[in-house]
Amino acid sequence: MSGILPIGLGRATRLVKLLSLAGKEYVCLGRVHSETSPERLAKVLKLFEGRIYQRPPVRSSVKRAVRVRTIYKLEVLEISGREFLIRVRCQAGTYMRKLCYDVGEVLGTGAHMVELRRTGVGPFTEDDPRLVYLHEVWGAYRIWREEGDDTDLRRVVRPMEEMVPFLPVIVVRDTAVDALCHGASLAAPGVLRLSEDVRKGRVAAIFTKTGEIVGLMKPTMDAEDILKAETGIVAEPFKILMKPGTYPRFWKSFELKPPRT
Amino acid sequence: MRFVEEILARATLVKGEEPEVYGRSPYERPIEEHLQMGFILLDKPRGPSSHEIVAWIKKLMGIKAGHGGTLEPL
Repeated sequence: MSGILPIGLGRATRLVKLLSLAGKEYVCLGRVHSETSPERLAKVLKLFEGRIYQRPPVRSSVKRAVRVRTIYKLEVLEISGREFLIRVRCQAGTYMRKLCYDVGEVLGTGAHMVELRRTGVGPFTEDDPRLVYLHEVWGAYRIWREEGDDTDLRRVVRPMEEMVPFLPVIVVRDTAVDALCHGASLAAPGVLRLSEDVRKGRVAAIFTKTGEIVGLMKPTMDAEDILKAETGIVAEPFKILMKPGTYPRFWKSFELKPPRT
Repeated sequence: MRFVEEILARATLVKGEEPEVYGRSPYERPIEEHLQMGFILLDKPRGPSSHEIVAWIKKLMGIKAGHGGTLEPL
């Protein structure tokens, strides 16, 4: 299998794992095990659009219990003899190998997956200018180590901030940043700007004015209410990414008085 | 390519103002720091597993790494 694989480095590792939960797009080549008409094959393939039941394959990393997955779109690109080429947009955790097998079961002929390419992960598609090959990674890194030129390495390795273009955004005050890095909740006065799609309970990306990501938080109210709020908590921590101490500390911690003896 | 500026531009509802004081653009980090806060959008070749690719990058750069969603080998 080939295709898009986002890899997080250092602190970005935590963020990239979230992409496992994002929707995927695949182009998949399958082969049926005996002759069947192209019309019938296309019809059966189309049956798999929508909600499907799927038992994870033997060689998989999850519990092998039947689960429901959604195929948002299944496009038949080509049928030639016993082979079929499909483009599938699906929920995270949908197995293409299993899909091909199940198509064979419904047809009664049996079928298997021949080749697979992942063409989309969450917000990233194949035409993304940031998509690089392994040899580019190696080359860019070696040029930096050996010649001290980091131009190409900065093209190949992108700031983790670029990973969250699909999330609602909240921009916070410098004075709030370090407290958030230490796991504090976000209070209303700490908010500078926000996007209209900020919703209660939907994970939002927290940014500084300069565009550095502080982390991901769960808003406790919708955008309009955050805009109006003068006091109180507006978001709870979910995944904090920025290292404490990156911004100065403006908050006071309460020290407990030692117990009287 | 300034993807981060596009993200910030989405925050159109203004609640308060503050002059620039601290911090810097994610594009201006020293390279060592940039690597520790970076990601690679890889077009994975067929053959090696996602885990093998990540192990290779870790070894090359000598830093922690992880991937978003396994692409199992054929």
